[in-house]
Amino acid sequence: MVMNISMSCSTRAMSPSVRLQEMIRVIRGARTQGEERGVIQRECAAIRAQFRQADNGTRSHNLAKLLYVHMLGYPAHFGQMECVRLIASPRYNEKRVGYLGAMMLLDEKQDASLLITNSIKNDLSHNSQYVQSLALCTLACMGSAEMCRDLAPEIDRLLRASNSYIKKKAALCAVHIVRKVPDLGELFTPAARSLLCEKNHGVLHGAVVLITELCERNPDTLEQFRKVVPELVQIMKGLVMSGYSPEHNVAGISDPFLQVRILRLLRILGRNNDTASDAMNDLLAQVATNTDSSKTAGSAVLYETVLTVMDIKSESGLRVLAVNILGRFLLNNDRNIRYISMTSLQKIVQTDHNAVQRHRGTIVDCLKDQDASVKRRALELSLALVSAVNIRSLMKELLLFLSSCPPELRAHTTSGIFNAAERYAPSQRWHIDTILHVLTTAGGDVRDETVPNLIQLITTATELHCYTVHKLYRALITDISVQSLVQVACWCIGEYGDLLLRGECEETEPVQVTEDDVLDALETVLQSHMSSPATRGFALTATMKLSTRITHNVDRIRSIVSIYGSCIDVELQQRAVEYNALFKKYDHMRAAVLERMPVIDKSSPGHTNGESAGGIKELEQTKLTQEVVLPKDPGNQVCDLLDLLGGSGEPVPSSGLSHTVPGPATSTSGGDLLDLLGGLDVSPAPPSVKVYEKNGVTLKLQTDSQTDTGMTITLTATNSTDGDITSLTLQAAVPKSVQLQMKAPSGDVIPARGLGLVTQTVLLNNPNKVSLKMRVRVCYSSQGAVCQDTVQIDSFPSPAW
Amino acid sequence: MMRFLLLFSRQGKLRLQKWFITVTEREKKKMIRDMTLMVLARPPRSCNFLHWRDLKIVYKRYASLYFCCGLEEHDNELLTLEILHRYVELLDKYFGNVCELDIIFNFEKAYFILDEFLMGGEILETSKTAVGTAMEEAATLQETMEEYMSKPTF
Repeated sequence: MVMNISMSCSTRAMSPSVRLQEMIRVIRGARTQGEERGVIQRECAAIRAQFRQADNGTRSHNLAKLLYVHMLGYPAHFGQMECVRLIASPRYNEKRVGYLGAMMLLDEKQDASLLITNSIKNDLSHNSQYVQSLALCTLACMGSAEMCRDLAPEIDRLLRASNSYIKKKAALCAVHIVRKVPDLGELFTPAARSLLCEKNHGVLHGAVVLITELCERNPDTLEQFRKVVPELVQIMKGLVMSGYSPEHNVAGISDPFLQVRILRLLRILGRNNDTASDAMNDLLAQVATNTDSSKTAGSAVLYETVLTVMDIKSESGLRVLAVNILGRFLLNNDRNIRYISMTSLQKIVQTDHNAVQRHRGTIVDCLKDQDASVKRRALELSLALVSAVNIRSLMKELLLFLSSCPPELRAHTTSGIFNAAERYAPSQRWHIDTILHVLTTAGGDVRDETVPNLIQLITTATELHCYTVHKLYRALITDISVQSLVQVACWCIGEYGDLLLRGECEETEPVQVTEDDVLDALETVLQSHMSSPATRGFALTATMKLSTRITHNVDRIRSIVSIYGSCIDVELQQRAVEYNALFKKYDHMRAAVLERMPVIDKSSPGHTNGESAGGIKELEQTKLTQEVVLPKDPGNQVCDLLDLLGGSGEPVPSSGLSHTVPGPATSTSGGDLLDLLGGLDVSPAPPSVKVYEKNGVTLKLQTDSQTDTGMTITLTATNSTDGDITSLTLQAAVPKSVQLQMKAPSGDVIPARGLGLVTQTVLLNNPNKVSLKMRVRVCYSSQGAVCQDTVQIDSFPSPAW
Repeated sequence: MMRFLLLFSRQGKLRLQKWFITVTEREKKKMIRDMTLMVLARPPRSCNFLHWRDLKIVYKRYASLYFCCGLEEHDNELLTLEILHRYVELLDKYFGNVCELDIIFNFEKAYFILDEFLMGGEILETSKTAVGTAMEEAATLQETMEEYMSKPTF
């Protein structure tokens, strides 16, 4: 066994320690957990017995044994009172173990902890500094707010008038007190200030920590301490320029611990303050340039310097220097330093975006690092660096990363890729390709909204329908295990199956697909045990939709649909039954019901990298405040109409994007025909009345439905001029007892030459059955001029049905 | 500030635990278990920094012992590596070629040394020699007091 200093000096000290070590040896010798427990139970019983006896000189060693047992994980609460007793002992070795026990077994929540307050108080004034030190250490470790309040004046006294050994401990004790009772900060401020004049590094360090704590908690104190910036600068300079000091040197740096704390304090003092920042500018430049970073100590100091430079109001030259240091760190062989560099770059990527962009190549390389922590940091940073300029090349890297990234990072990667693609997609085709690539690689780790989002994207990319359906068909026949991909593929095939069968496609190599091939693919999905219920629903609906898009195999579809009419899955069964009805009783409506879907509108804000979020958010606000009640997302026309016809309709999803679960047949219970048709703009058009016509802008009104106590109308605006009409808003006013609810308009731009229109639905509730009148104010911009008109509507046309 | 410092072996046996915050026994056990699992699972030559809840975890392996500590947001991870290294150096100086057994059989000394180096989760003494000196003087005091104060307590 190694020679222990205290052991070597006195035989009396030797024997009890051996007893402790003997016990440890026995416990370690136990071959099973059970044996160990037995030994410990016996020992604890003996210790308990000893505690109850009168003082026989072995108490401290018994407590030490108990502390060992405690560290193994066994209960030791019966030792708490023994700690209290030992702390009160006049013997140093007993006090020492007693205080150690207090720190291990007592915390501020135990009642026994209060009992040692008096002992601590006495020991703080002991004439031996080592006894004082025990008290200070214990107070700083487990002192409750109550104890701290009690003993604060003592600590303050020690801060002023004692030797360095005690002063440094008193300083950190004061830090603990301020953390527990922030109000007491004021008490320590003067003493903290004067401690900065000390030469002893331990005391200086404690002083800097204390001042940091005081400044962080109290803005007035912070203001006060700004005056000591020159002094701190001097101390730092001294450290940086000093020669070799064996006591404090670490790998060529003189006391890196103190340097780092001073730099951190300077950061707090220089933040948001030009004068203080100016005063430290030169020093920071000096430290940044002269510190040798070949070892960790130097890198630690440089790291802290960089953090400080970036947080205060530093000159641009200094900022550039700091970012370059981080860039250098990125190339360091030491993984820790690469990791640190990336966490720091992450902090400044918003504010100093261009500077960080310069290091993009290295950051992207770190995606290939073996270490999981480094990979994670590199991923975060890469996503933050995506911009319109680098989207293509960066996305290649991200997709490559996705194919080999650790499983815990996949979900985050996919959502990051989707966000980036959404904001910066250079073309729709690229966007669709990217999403499909992600689904093929990691389709199991994408969020639920991905499917509707992708569908919405596909509908808007009208010229790419042919390309998309070909691509998705190919993906489907390759692999049907990825649910998200299969769902989108089914939807697409159902919707654009005719384009697939036509066989010609501009953007991609066409495939000779027969109607049977397509139906085979869908049936495979329907029957596969890998398909989730939702996926099968997609497949069934797609199959049904094809009945109007193919010519030869309608019977096959008929038979598929009728088979599923007795499916165990309730959802599938319901759909199948409804489709059956479409085949039989309502065959004349089938074509109209299964018509092509209209383009689904999207309304989601964008947020580009490198710009502050504030500006974009404001724009979004003004766009959405239409001075009307906005219960649903705009553009969700299809669902609105469902509501209007009184059908219960499916719940509108609350995500930022509007969409419907595709297919009008996904409806409510009962298969009520009105509900089926509720979601469509189906001819014949109900009679509409022109209520406004001026400057080429025409506003028509049609009544969708009418009851005794209310009605629903739709206003339609068209534009026959050569230029688009923009910023269209409609406002309505009605008699007092009538309640008005305007749904969100379909848009605010009316394309020129009648190429499009804007509709807005208005709900009127007329419980008192007064005569309904309405005044509508129309506002819009046409050819640069703002126009505003008001029309009065005294009579309403009769409803469509 | 440092929230805690743990020393555990390659088999996950705890050799030292210092808590600079107030937590229940139960919470302590949970944190020890989490740290042990996380750190022992790391492949060799990994980065020494981890993230756990809202803390930064810094760990370093010295022979058969893992030194693991939890830091707050503003703490300097690289400096913490130096702190852990300094503690090992202090143990080494005191015990002479320290090994895990020294810390097992003299755990209370390991705590005394730690308490001369760190306090309240912050560094107490930055000088290499001062800690050793304090330990020697305290040891002398231990014997002297024993002889001087050899009267009963009560």
